[in-house]
Amino acid sequence: MDIRPKVLVTKIGLDGHDRGSRIVAAYLRDAGMEVIYTPPWQEIPAVVKLATEEDVDVIGISSLATDHLIVPKLVVALRAAGLTDVAVIVGGIVPDEDEDMLLAAGVAKVFHPGGALEDIAQYIRDITPVLRAQRAAG
Amino acid sequence: MNKPLDRMPLEPAACEDRWQREYAAQIGTDKDVRNRSGIAIKPMYTPRDWTGDRHDADVGFPGQPPYTRGIYPTMHRGRTWTQRQLIGLGTPPDYNARLSTIIAQGASAVSLIPCNSVYRGYDMDEVHEELLGTCGVVVNTAEHMDVCLAGVELGSMSCAMNDPSPFTLLAFLLATAKRRGVPWSAISGTSNQSDYISHYVANHMFFRIALPGARRILGDHIDFCNRHVPKWNPMSVVGQHMQQAGATPAEAMAFTFATALQNADDCVARGMDPDQFLPRFTFFFDISLSFFEEIARFRAGRRIWARLARERYGAKDPRSWRFKFHAQTSGVDLTRQQPQNNIARVTVQAMAGILGGLQSLHTDAYDEALSCPTEHGARIAVATQNILREEAHLTDVIDPLGGSYYVETLTDAMEAEILRSMRRVEEAGGMYAAVAAGIVQKQIGESARRFQDAIESGRQTVVGVNAYRVDEDRSARPSQPKPDPRKMRDHIAAFHAWRAARSQEAVAKALNALARAANDPKDNVFAQVVAAAEAGCTHGEICATLRREMGFGHVQAIV
Repeated sequence: MDIRPKVLVTKIGLDGHDRGSRIVAAYLRDAGMEVIYTPPWQEIPAVVKLATEEDVDVIGISSLATDHLIVPKLVVALRAAGLTDVAVIVGGIVPDEDEDMLLAAGVAKVFHPGGALEDIAQYIRDITPVLRAQRAAG
Repeated sequence: MNKPLDRMPLEPAACEDRWQREYAAQIGTDKDVRNRSGIAIKPMYTPRDWTGDRHDADVGFPGQPPYTRGIYPTMHRGRTWTQRQLIGLGTPPDYNARLSTIIAQGASAVSLIPCNSVYRGYDMDEVHEELLGTCGVVVNTAEHMDVCLAGVELGSMSCAMNDPSPFTLLAFLLATAKRRGVPWSAISGTSNQSDYISHYVANHMFFRIALPGARRILGDHIDFCNRHVPKWNPMSVVGQHMQQAGATPAEAMAFTFATALQNADDCVARGMDPDQFLPRFTFFFDISLSFFEEIARFRAGRRIWARLARERYGAKDPRSWRFKFHAQTSGVDLTRQQPQNNIARVTVQAMAGILGGLQSLHTDAYDEALSCPTEHGARIAVATQNILREEAHLTDVIDPLGGSYYVETLTDAMEAEILRSMRRVEEAGGMYAAVAAGIVQKQIGESARRFQDAIESGRQTVVGVNAYRVDEDRSARPSQPKPDPRKMRDHIAAFHAWRAARSQEAVAKALNALARAANDPKDNVFAQVVAAAEAGCTHGEICATLRREMGFGHVQAIV
């Protein structure tokens, strides 16, 4: 069974620093995944629309300047649109208390500075079959 | 008794040959040592590498061309650098309280970081409320600026505004000065990061008008300041963003000079006199942990800029030749792991900047890799500068590393590397064209990837990340400062009340004049921004008008 994960790498909110999102997107692409990359400043409804149209498994949000604070709004919007089996992961500068808040809000995983790119890739490889099985079970 | 030493051979060349033989025998296979700009580093440097033959032409004396040793005759022995800590969080009263504290602790100038909503060209009620004030102060009007700078003598304290094009923060500052009876001719400071090109290349932070409009507004801004705010530096050319985005130190400096040339060429094309605008050009760099490389790069930078100002623009005023720069210790080199280790990193970075001859310095707080700096982190950052300035004897001697065989050789090598990268931009048609085509962005992305590969493969040690790791729980990390949501809601309510009470007629008239100026190349857009600020227009209204008239600048997706 050869599953090729489909990942949307994006930034929501106000910050424009895209070094992290570009590096992660390029790494996942080179690791054989199907990557949809957007520039920063995406509106939440635009992310939901793209995730629906592209039928992605995972949405990776890069947050370096507190934009993670609106990720719970994104999770709510995704679930409202029926995307219950899409995992949202966050990478960047996320203080501990905010990580608790994000996980409680339904974010699957938070990656911090200094982590290896391969850890992100492996997490996505592990979670994708689970997500697809959930979707198939409907 | 000690045994007598071997007699030294009399010929220095013979000594060096012997050392080389012994070095080769003991080291076995030598490492391929390269600095971040890719320059190969030898194990030792001698008079054969730097003979001193070109001392007078390439090194000289401080305060004289080519300025390698410093742009002023006295450098830090006379006046030390300006201690300019970037701050901004919460509401205007929050900002004013933090500013007063750091001035009391030793900061000698104002620097204001606005909220990301301001960077993006919006008022506080146009964005997600959760994000307000989390990364900078929420300033939308001249009234807010007045509160931010309460107690600050505007005529004597230098104020740097991290000011998104169209420079509304300066417009608010000028409106505040007028109300306080301070003449604009007395206002000094810098439109920090006014360089739109670096924002297009790298951090995509500042409000973005589409490239042609951004180019015009910067020219209008420089022209206006030269005429009406003569002590203000309207041009801050930024290498910091590009280096933070992944450019090597040499690339960052090359792209910065290419940007400066683009902006200077644009000023000349408008008929401006180089000796009028060049003295108000300033530069802003990142300082990485590559200690000698950074020092050599700044020394080379002074030499390159002096030559460009004289040879390319025919500038005659020595003030036009001086490469003045502010620098900030690099946040990218800081780690979330064992965060207090960052104090050591910042110290090394700051020393490189000081020994490199900077004019103004921001030291990062050790907790910047965790969140916006805490007050504790900010206090240590200020103290680090105080220690380096007053305890460490770094300022006793001007350019203390000048004449070192290594540093002089490396200065020459960095200069050659910078000029090589600059030539590539010239061949692409200059910086504006190279950025519009995405060439520079792509190159920086590749360098970022190479550096990341070096860390992940372990070739580049990062203590606590890929080496010397320790188990840490969250008690190792300070909890982050957050703006008080109650105060922010009051700030929004007061803003709404103020907006309803102002003269709507004056606002509409000023915004119409701004829209007309945007479509009339003979008018000055920035002059109309200042008039709009005085008429009570908000930041969001000014930006919305220009976005409508001149178009928005989208980010290219380059992976």
